[in-house]
Order: sequence, then C-alpha cells, then structure tokens
Amino acid sequence: MKTITIGGKAGDGIKAAGKLFANILSQLGYYVFVLDDYPSLITGGHNFNKISFDKKPIFSHYKETDVLIALDKKTIDKHKKELKKNGIILYDSNSFSYKGAIGIPAQDFVKEVGGIKIMRNVALLGALSYALGIDFKIVKSVLKKVYPEKADKNIVIAQKGYTFAKENVKQILRLKKIGKPKEVMSGNTAIAYGAVRAGLDIYIAYPMTPATSILHYLAKNSQKFKLKVVQPENEISVINMALGSAYAGAKTMIGTSGGGFALMNEALSLAGMSETPIVIVECQRPGPSTGVPTYTSQADLNFVLNAGHGEFPKVVIAPGTNEQAYYKSAEALYLAWKYQVPVILLSDKHLSESLKTFEVKNLKKVKIKTSNGGKNYKRYLITKDGVSPIAFPGTKDSVVKASSYEHDEFGITTEEPEVVKKMQQKRLRKMKAIEKEVEKLEAVKVYGKGKNVIVTWGSSIGAVLEAAKGLKNVKIVQIIYMLPFPKKSVEKHLKNAKKIVCVEANATGQLANLIKLNTGIEIKNKILKYDSREFEPIELLNELKRWLK
Amino acid sequence: MKLDTYAEITWCPGCGNFGILTSVKNAINELIKEGIPKEKFVIASGIGCHAKIVDYINVNSFYSIHGRVPPTLTGIKLANKDLVAIGFVGDGDIYDEGISHLIHAAKRNTDITIVVHDNGVFALTTGQFTATSPKGFKGKSTPKGSIENPLNPIKLMLVSGATFVARGYAGKPEHLKELIKKAVKHKGFSFVDVLQPCVAFNNTYNFYNKKVYDLNAEGHDTSNFEQAMKKADEKEKIPIGIFYETQAQVFEDHFN
Ligand SMILES: Cc1ncc(C[n+]2csc(CCOP(=O)(O)OP(=O)(O)O)c2C)c(N)n1
Ligand code: SF4
Ligand SMILES: [Mg+2]
Repeated sequence: MKTITIGGKAGDGIKAAGKLFANILSQLGYYVFVLDDYPSLITGGHNFNKISFDKKPIFSHYKETDVLIALDKKTIDKHKKELKKNGIILYDSNSFSYKGAIGIPAQDFVKEVGGIKIMRNVALLGALSYALGIDFKIVKSVLKKVYPEKADKNIVIAQKGYTFAKENVKQILRLKKIGKPKEVMSGNTAIAYGAVRAGLDIYIAYPMTPATSILHYLAKNSQKFKLKVVQPENEISVINMALGSAYAGAKTMIGTSGGGFALMNEALSLAGMSETPIVIVECQRPGPSTGVPTYTSQADLNFVLNAGHGEFPKVVIAPGTNEQAYYKSAEALYLAWKYQVPVILLSDKHLSESLKTFEVKNLKKVKIKTSNGGKNYKRYLITKDGVSPIAFPGTKDSVVKASSYEHDEFGITTEEPEVVKKMQQKRLRKMKAIEKEVEKLEAVKVYGKGKNVIVTWGSSIGAVLEAAKGLKNVKIVQIIYMLPFPKKSVEKHLKNAKKIVCVEANATGQLANLIKLNTGIEIKNKILKYDSREFEPIELLNELKRWLK
Repeated sequence: MKLDTYAEITWCPGCGNFGILTSVKNAINELIKEGIPKEKFVIASGIGCHAKIVDYINVNSFYSIHGRVPPTLTGIKLANKDLVAIGFVGDGDIYDEGISHLIHAAKRNTDITIVVHDNGVFALTTGQFTATSPKGFKGKSTPKGSIENPLNPIKLMLVSGATFVARGYAGKPEHLKELIKKAVKHKGFSFVDVLQPCVAFNNTYNFYNKKVYDLNAEGHDTSNFEQAMKKADEKEKIPIGIFYETQAQVFEDHFN
C-alpha cells in the first residue's frame, strides 16, 4: 500500500490531479482510493488529495505518505510530518524554493507550450509518474481519455515533467501493469450511474454540497443517458416537482444535503400519503445548520429516520462503499416503485466525493407492474399487502386521483374514522411486505470472523476495513438498511460477541442507539468522530486496539 | 359529459367557488368535445377551500399541498407533455406560501394553466389576511386592520414572464369559462386570477358586480405589454379578461 499526497490552493487543479492519477493507477490494474479534502472557498486556501493504492482491494486513504506533491509552500508545511521515512517531496520550483525537496520547474514547462497555470499539476504528475516507474505511454493514454479536447498540450507538459525527472529524481517504485484496468468512480457518480442503469428518467436537484456532483454528472451526461435533469428554484420545488413527475409515471430521483432535506420534509410526508414513489439522496455534511459544508459527518441518521410528519412507510438505505452506492441506488429505485414509497439513500461527503476503483457490473432495469386502469380503477385499492395497482394519468377510460388528504380507495377526501383507519392500515401494511423483501437483500454486510465485533455504517466502513487488517479475531458488521432495520440479522451477529465497538462519525452514537432501540443490545464502547473529518485507518486502529484489548 | 363525482360539496352556500366549478366543468366538457381526450386532463390543487375542487371533478387529479401546485404540475408535464395540466390555487396558497413557485413557473413558461381562487382571505383557516387582502383588512390576525399593502398579481405575472395573463370573476361564469378555455389552449404558462367572493369572510359580490368590466370588449390590445401593465393598475373600475398574450418556447419542449 502506498500513498501520494498532492496539495495546493483551490484553483490549482488538485482534485483533477487526484482523479487523473487515480486513473493512471487503475489503468495499471491497481486498486485505488482518493480522498478529496477542500474548504468552502473558490480560490486560495488549502486543498489536498490523498491517493492510496494497493495490489489488493483498498477501502480508504491513509495519512502517511510516500510522495508529497506540492503546488504551494503551505502544502509542505502542513503535510511534511506525514511523510514516510524514505518519502520524497516534489514541488513547483518556479513558485517557491524548499530545501531538501525536489524542485520541478513546472511553471516553465507550462509556459513553454503556452499552457495555463492550472496545468502545473500535469507537469508534476509527469515527474511523479517517472518516480513511480510508470511507462509514459500509460500517462499519455489516460490524458487522452480524461481530457479529450485538451490532451495535446497536457501530454507535452507531462512529458517535460517526466523527462526532467529522469535526470533529477530517483525512481522509488517500478509500477508495472498488474491486472485489468478498473473503473474509478466517486460515490456520487456511482449513485447516479446505478440509478441511470436501473432506469431513471428524471433527476431534479438544487445545488448543495456534497450532493451537487450528482447534479453536475447527470446534467453533463443527460443526452447520453436519455435523462431529463432540472434545477428548480428551491428544494421544496424539487421534491414537489419530483412527486408530480412520478405521479405521471417517470422514475424520478432527487438529491440534497441535510439543510435541503429539511425543506423537503412536508412533501416527504406527501409522498407517504399519496403513495408516490421517489428516491431521495441525502448526502450528509456536518451540522447543525450550515455547519462545516465541505467536510463529512454521519449525524443525520436520526433525522432521516424520523423525517416527515405522521406515520407512513419509508425506506432508509446507507451504503458505505462506492460499489454499494451503485447497487443500492438501483435497489432504492426498485423498492420505491415496487412499494410506492419514498426511499432515502443516505450518503455522506466521504462516500459521495471520494474516488474508488470497483468493478461495474450491469444492472437490471427496474420493471414494475402497471395497471391498465379502466372504468372502475381505484388508485388506492385496498389489497392484502397494501400495494395498490398503479396507473398513470393519460390511461384510457381511467381516472387517477392522488391526494395529500386522507382519502378513500378512489382518492376522494374522507374524514370518516373507519376509512381513515383502514387506509392507514393499508399503507402501513406495505412496511411488512418491505421488511420481508429486505430480508432477502444485503441489509447487513459481515466481514471476517471473530469473538469481538466492530459495528459501523456508511463511509466509516472504509477505514474500519483497513484498520481491521491489523487486528485478529474480529468480525465487522456493517449495517446498510436503517429502515426497515434488519433486527434479526443484527441480533444474530452481536448476541454472542465478547466485546462490541461501534464506530461512527457523529457525537451521540446514533447507530448504537438505534441498535439498542431495535434489539435491546447496549453498546458501551463507541468510537465517535465529530471533528468534521473522516476516520483514518491507522488512527482508528490505535483506538480499536485500546477498546479491544 | 357529467364530470361530477360522488363527493359531497362542502363549500358555504353562495360561495364564489361554485361559479368557478361550473366554469371549469363547462370548459373541460367543451374542450373534450373539441377533441382533447378526457384522460389527458390532469388537475391539481393546493390546500384551502378552493382546493376541494379536485374532489368535485371526475378527471385525473393530484390534491397537492399548500402552495406547491406549480412544481407539481411542472413535474407532471416533464414526465408526459401530452397531458393537459390545470392547477387550482388560493390567494394565500400561491401569493403567500408558494409565491416563489408561481414566479418561477411563469419564468420557465411551463405549459400549464394556473387558476387562482382569489378571495383575498385565508378562508379555510377561518379568515386571516393574505397577500391580496386590501390594506386595513380586518381579519382574526389583524383585528385592527392589516397594515400591509396588497400585491398586484397581474403585474407580478406580467413581469415574471407569463405568456398568458388574465383575470376572471366568479360572478361571471360564462366569461370565466371562455377565459379558462383560452388559457388551457394557450401553449405556455397561462395565468388566470379569479376574483372570488367568500361569503363567510370577504363578501365582495356587490363590490365586484359594480366594478368589473370586460377589457377585451373595449378593444384592449392583448399583444401590448405596456398597455397590459397600465390596465393592471386600474382600480376605479376593475378590468376582467385577457391582459396579455404572447408566444414563447415552452419549458418541457427543451427536453428530448
Ligand atoms: C404548510 C401549511 N401551512 C398552513 C396550512 C394551513 N392552511 C390550510 S388552508 C390555508 C389557507 C388557505 O388560504 P387560501 O389559499 O387563500 O385558500 P382559501 O381557503 O381562501 O380558498 C392555510 C394557511 C397548511 N395546510 N399547510
Ligand atoms: S369560507 Fe369562503 S371560500 Fe370557503 S367555502 Fe365558505 S364562502 Fe367559500
Ligand atoms: Mg383565499
């Protein structure tokens, strides 16, 4: 396992460099994980990416670094202490000078080809590629793929960095092709792509970090995906528009963060009452309120579980890795339409915006049985499992009435207590059917065997899986379905544990509380992180060792 | 065609909503006769006395929530632009709670029709002032009279980019029916503010009966924006009819 850290100011192309290098490594067949760390500003500040890679699957970045790439001096000052014993520092010697580090005249190379300042990152990546013993052909092909329009200049700049390094930098690795190229995707891209492959028709969102990149990705690819992408005036409009389009038959997803989700609550309840299918992606960031907008947190679990006034069936799924994001997004769409309920896909900044390699398999399109309506069609027909046949407006000879009011089977408002009770029971029966279905799905994922158990959820699974490489006799239990809660399965895995530790990125142990509520099992050992930053494997390992001693 | 449902109509006797209901049913019936299949109609409503109208008309409907009809209808058109989407909203509903949606729907020029049951009061919550209540309006929350000036919905919609802007009166159902038909046939965002007496909290029948006149009968040029803005300011006499009408590309047509 090796780690590259690349840092500079916002506007220096740090994220682009991280993505580019992740693609180079994955092209060679390596498994890669990239953390993108940036403050809430557009120019200046300090951004960095950590690119960790290995021959075996990797689930987190690491802090300790083998190569530090610095586009400004601050990067060296901040990250020098993370450098491993034989680690090297490469930096742009046209911008500053630093003793004991290897200067690359990146700005000169950019000027020589008439490039723009941001291309310094490519000059340094050229030098880095040489230092890691990567064949330049690979660098070239990746540049062509990532920058189809601007490839030429970038290739020349990278080549200059590479050639310069040949004379001035000692190769510290010789990375050869070790396997098939892999896809590199952010959690948000995986969510978007999973939904598209499952048959998404419309995506609607108002920009809010860390959900915005779903909107950007889908808007950019809307033609290719035959998708309609809309940015309305606010989140209240987003969800109501989505309920309108779903009512009219279009598979619709929306995305936001905690603040935007708060605005959507009234209409979430409308989705429950009107039985309109919808997938809501909630990408958590640290609150309360505006909080720490570009960093990570897992503190909205209670909020989403309890969101929406009244009692109605809903599903909350919290994927933890990028591949889970891909599959669970498709699953969310499936469940929403099969049971005509709102499904919340709960992500967080660390999952949404970190890149990871994974194998993208094909997904089945969600197919639902629709009704042909007819003269006697009843949108809210009472059935055994509570699911009524769904028809859409425009169906011949049919009247499709949806309502926010309590209604009878046809959809007309009612205040009759017997009907109110029957309809409430009908809707809640769907939850029983969903519980049964979820038993067949991967609601809990268990890794390894052992007497001690680490329980976790969401993106924290990444650091836990890496930390566990340094532990013996531990079983990891990742809870993916928060609602319906996979009670039996969680009970089974926790019941006979010698010690249980719960790892989550919030201050009050929300998952631990949820487990207690559902199973009665009280978890006393909690590793909670609420400084707005994600877990790091080595730091976490040290803490885990203390608890599991 | 009978468009009634079995729902019991619970409006107060004499409510202006009856006039609107008659106009709407007649308009839909005539449009069906003119060739629009009945199943293509989708109506939606907010929350308030006005909103009950969706229960009383036997076509597809989405009984939405307070203030959110424009996005609901926009979503419906996004999914299926062959549908004919008409929204019934209240003045509190759309000039207070949901005003941002109204402005943006006009700006987008979504091909929907918005009919406002403008009774100048929050009726279903038993009588508070709304954005169109006159200054000095004595409601339960403003016992000494409202201290705010009302806004001018016609001007608001004109400057927001609405491509069909009209005002009707619940006391003139035949005229209102014609307006609604034209609004529905107009391709683009159609806005009809309907003066609606509320016999319980704001009985304006006498006031409007004396004041309204048909501006189209007096040769108003509906293609003249400035003229429309001027007409929208008239207070001594109250013009009803089409203020402004123009053509522009429709929101949902931008999508494949
Ligand atoms: C979010 C929300 N806030 C408040 C209400 C309570 N409410 C119900 S009807 C209404 C006023 C309706 O006034 P208007 O839209 O003018 O309709 P009218 O009853 O006059 O037809 C209000 C405030 C609500 N249903 N939802
Ligand atoms: S309160 Fe007013 S608006 Fe409501 S039904 Fe009665 S008269 Fe009509
Ligand atoms: Mg009103």
